[in-house]
Amino acid sequence: MARVASALFSRLVIIIPYAWLLFFFLIPFFIVFRISLSQTAVAMPPYTPVFDLFGGLSGIMEKAREFSLDNYVWLTEDVLYFNAYVSSVIIAAISTVLTLMIAYPVAYGMAKAPKSIRPTLLMLVILPFWTSFLIRVYAWIAILKPEGLLNQFLMSINVIDQPLIILNTNWAIYIGIVYSYLPFMVLPIYSSLEKMDHTLTEAALDLGCTPFSAFWQVTFPLSLAGVVAGCLLVFIPAVGEFVIPDLLGGSETLMIGKTLWNEFNANRDWPVSSAVATILLLILVIPIVFFQNAQAKADGEGR
Amino acid sequence: MKSLGSIRRSFAPWADPASKPFISVKNVTKRFGDFTAVDDLSLDIYTREFFALLGASGCGKSTLLRMLAGFEQPTSGEIILDGQSLAGIPPYRRPVNMMFQSYALFPHMTVETNIAFGLKQDGMPKADIAERVGQMLKLVKLEKFAKRKPHQLSGGQRQRVALARSLAKRPKVLLLDEPLGALDKKLREETQFELMDLQQELGLTFVVVTHDQEEAMTMADRIAVMSHGKVVQVATPAEIYEAPNSRFVADFIGDVNIFDGTVSAVENGYLRIETGNGFPIRMASPDKPSVGAKAAVAIRPEKIRVSRQPPAHAPLNAVEGEIWDVGYLGDMTVFHVRLKDGRVVKASSLNAVRAVEDPFGYDQQVWISFGEDAGVVLKD
Repeated sequence: MARVASALFSRLVIIIPYAWLLFFFLIPFFIVFRISLSQTAVAMPPYTPVFDLFGGLSGIMEKAREFSLDNYVWLTEDVLYFNAYVSSVIIAAISTVLTLMIAYPVAYGMAKAPKSIRPTLLMLVILPFWTSFLIRVYAWIAILKPEGLLNQFLMSINVIDQPLIILNTNWAIYIGIVYSYLPFMVLPIYSSLEKMDHTLTEAALDLGCTPFSAFWQVTFPLSLAGVVAGCLLVFIPAVGEFVIPDLLGGSETLMIGKTLWNEFNANRDWPVSSAVATILLLILVIPIVFFQNAQAKADGEGR
Repeated sequence: MKSLGSIRRSFAPWADPASKPFISVKNVTKRFGDFTAVDDLSLDIYTREFFALLGASGCGKSTLLRMLAGFEQPTSGEIILDGQSLAGIPPYRRPVNMMFQSYALFPHMTVETNIAFGLKQDGMPKADIAERVGQMLKLVKLEKFAKRKPHQLSGGQRQRVALARSLAKRPKVLLLDEPLGALDKKLREETQFELMDLQQELGLTFVVVTHDQEEAMTMADRIAVMSHGKVVQVATPAEIYEAPNSRFVADFIGDVNIFDGTVSAVENGYLRIETGNGFPIRMASPDKPSVGAKAAVAIRPEKIRVSRQPPAHAPLNAVEGEIWDVGYLGDMTVFHVRLKDGRVVKASSLNAVRAVEDPFGYDQQVWISFGEDAGVVLKD
């Protein structure tokens, strides 16, 4: 009896992530995809066709014929969308690289710190999450604006005599993204560095590496899994980021999150915004799938 | 130590006052905070020597090895290698290589690139690297595994890769930290002899750290027995075993029976020691302690005979007891004989002929006895 129960339990445990994926990813995605094939309408909900369960199967088939790819065609016709996608990917990529450059030394320092103070350091990294994300982004406005804290400080120590224009530029967006997503980069890198066997570095030194080259030949390659995980955790949400470009970016900053928000709220065009969201997902998922495949292959080699 | 000269191998630079040590550890102390890991330790190691640092965990043997490798700096004292002080020289500029206990193979590199790693750091030309790696793979018989990653190898194969990697640069000294610790018993015994052959073949100086006395005895030319950061005795395996200089060494290496007593007579090279309960011992000793001094006699189990009848010299070097435990090990049998006063004496006998029936059973009354050269008199 107990064995049957435990077998059942282990099945159940496997089902949980799949169920999660089904309910919180696949079903919502399917709904979005379905809306992206519809047309806008002045109605509630603001698109057609709307399925009526009482119409029977033939009724559903009839209405399904109204589906079209018009919205996707529309996305290719207006260069605004293409530009928004490209600019989002570029901004996200630059932010990810900047985040990595800051997070790696932080994670490295944490992993090399005495064991007794590591939990405290970890806590300090996570601590900003206890304040609302929105408030923290608003706080950056106060820091970065022309008469803000940063400019006041720099002018008071006579580094500059004119205020720097940072707010409402891409620089403000980079700062906002790097600041907001830093912990997502630090934590996976820290965990890969922390579990690394320190005798590997000693072995490298013993075989004639200077500490610097031991880092690049041994430590860094072995922390790549953490670096990749961190980059994905930063890059993916950064591409679709809306709050940071909206609050910190300028009017000329083009990001797909903002475009999507405009389509959805200002234009009330649910079908086009759904199409924008679907394409965004493809842009993100396809390269990741390729990457994962390549990595699995590399791992499997020589096995 | 009259009988020991013949046991010694012909290789004995330490006995020759004209030969200069290759590694000289001079009054080295290493402290970690309040803890003294190595305490004013001095040692000389000679070229081509297979030298073992033997001791229980925490005795400072690994710290000493790490100071030789350059991972730790001595708090005071000095280490001299081939006439040059190693003070302040970082690990990557020392002509020594280390084989790590965990092997420390780079998991993201193949066997080949692991072995080539040190050569690459020296900027050796690619063709030469390939040739040297080939030699090394052949040496450790891993030619077929060149393209594998460490996680695709067995424990024994990994050990060989680690060895090949540490030998690839042809270091003047190879440091080995518990080189066989992670292998199972059978493989360990085979590998011991392979390491010895390799050391002979390459003509290198090996310094090995081990807690396994059998391993040290088998492989080493000389053993330094360490305890609490100090060297207790440095000698050949035979000297360490047959002539331990202290109770600690006698007890640490192999099994031993120690009989405490007082000296009652000193006569040309022999001491008579009363151990109480009518059991006097006459034992060869070069020392001449005064009568009444405390002394202890250490006798190895295999040097004690068990017999039904008392020997002719009884009660000198002989005492009656009963068989308390019998352990049959195949090649030999171990007896625990309980004396009348409760002391238990370990004796062992080689099973040179096939035993048809057990010669001694439990609870039998027997005599244990030993010769006048069988043991060693300890001073402390």
